[in-house]
Amino acid sequence: MKKILIIGAGTAGTMMAVHLSRKLNRKEWIITILDKDETHYYQPGYLFIPFGIYTKKDVIRKGAKYIPAGIEYLLAEAGEIATDQNRVKLTDGREIAYDILIIATGTDIHPEETPGMAENGWRENIFDFYTADGACALGEKMSGFKGGKVAIHVAEMPIKCPVAPLEIAFMADWYFTKKGIRKDIQIDFVTPLSGAFSKPATAKVMGHLMDERGINLVADFGTERVERGKLISYDNRTVEYDLLITTPTNMGDALMARSNMGDDLNFVPTDKHTLQAKAKDNIFALGDATNLPSSKAGSVVHFQTEILTKNIRSYIQGKELKASFDGHSNCFIESGYGKAFLIDFNYDLDPVEGTYPLPFLGPFSLLKETRLNHIGKLAMKFVYWNILLRGIPVPGISSKMGRAGKIISEASGVTSKI
Amino acid sequence: MATKQIAGKIVSVSEEGYLTDPSQWTREVAQAIAVEEGITLTDAHWKVIDFLKKDFAATGTLASMRRINKTGGIPTKDLYELFPDGPLKKAARIAGLPKPTSCV
Repeated sequence: MKKILIIGAGTAGTMMAVHLSRKLNRKEWIITILDKDETHYYQPGYLFIPFGIYTKKDVIRKGAKYIPAGIEYLLAEAGEIATDQNRVKLTDGREIAYDILIIATGTDIHPEETPGMAENGWRENIFDFYTADGACALGEKMSGFKGGKVAIHVAEMPIKCPVAPLEIAFMADWYFTKKGIRKDIQIDFVTPLSGAFSKPATAKVMGHLMDERGINLVADFGTERVERGKLISYDNRTVEYDLLITTPTNMGDALMARSNMGDDLNFVPTDKHTLQAKAKDNIFALGDATNLPSSKAGSVVHFQTEILTKNIRSYIQGKELKASFDGHSNCFIESGYGKAFLIDFNYDLDPVEGTYPLPFLGPFSLLKETRLNHIGKLAMKFVYWNILLRGIPVPGISSKMGRAGKIISEASGVTSKI
Repeated sequence: MATKQIAGKIVSVSEEGYLTDPSQWTREVAQAIAVEEGITLTDAHWKVIDFLKKDFAATGTLASMRRINKTGGIPTKDLYELFPDGPLKKAARIAGLPKPTSCV
């Protein structure tokens, strides 16, 4: 029997386990998945917790429930990957040999990477919303907040779900308006990027919306340190806050540093098309754990699992890895007031206007703020737990980005030569 | 794709003025681009440019400010002083490397 080992049972690892359990000959292959945390988190749901729309219950389930029968599920932590021996050493002393390794260890926040952030008010008036606990703590703070300066902050790129800080800003505007205290609150959006978002067409649309909502954009802000109530940039600018909602530095798992196979942020250098790790040909990586120039987001993982399943089958058969990931990403951008945007893009093509997933029919509108997009965003919770995580194909949603029904022009930032 | 004359050479540049053919880069071209950016190159600037070029040749990607700090040994604060208002964008342009793409 040969062995496939998946490290990480989050969105990426679980979906790979589901796909592989169907596609591999189970008389030849043993599939093992391990994770150090028995809980599976619906991470897109974190956004709704601070505003009292979701509670923690909406976003957590037992991870084992989503692992298909016949797959070995280990609650254990990987201590080191010994690539030369094709073995993973666990922190409890056990060792697991593998023929193929899939790394799906995700990314986590690291407030300690910004001097002063962890020391000068963490979870007092500095909060993250990238963990279930952080989102809950922020919710408590928000409910008692009476007025003052709120800074929505991004420490360093890349980050998981790059639209989430924008969503938090729009939602905060809506939340404080609904409470009747918006006039007593200043909202600053502080980012290391030169605009509201990294993709120009979207940055423009989001920039306009920020103006309309009275959210101040503080761009090109490279955060050097955090003092009590103050963000300070490398070029000596200061943003004062009463409440800091931050996206701390994102890093891959420290396992990569221990195994000497990560980049400066512990992300795994990976071929952006085949998803094969640069370290060795029997190692593959997907999702937030990689250094790919695609979004760190669930939709991306969903598209990557299809590609990676094909390439692993090719690898097993000794064939060329022909399936190629195009960087396809789509995400809803919740904008408050019961509305949302939807954007769809890949490595080469920026988000444009049009309809999704069906050309001209939609039902969702791209790069436009609609109520239906918001309903789509809320429906994602059901779709995630019951359809995506179980590997059930969604009609009309393809891993390759479609172009039909989209308004594609030179101005949209087309750089592809497809 | 546009071309322009700089330091007595015709070079290909992108819309935003980044060299598109690395083989056209010379130290004189770098000097001239630096002048356009309002920067007089000193040894400290060259240390950054040399690291970026060496690292790009080895990895195929432009180093991040974190990498310039951790691997290149140049503190981020210094980088902001050497190349004010968007250090990585300016340093990359002077080094004849592609514009930094912030990950999405």
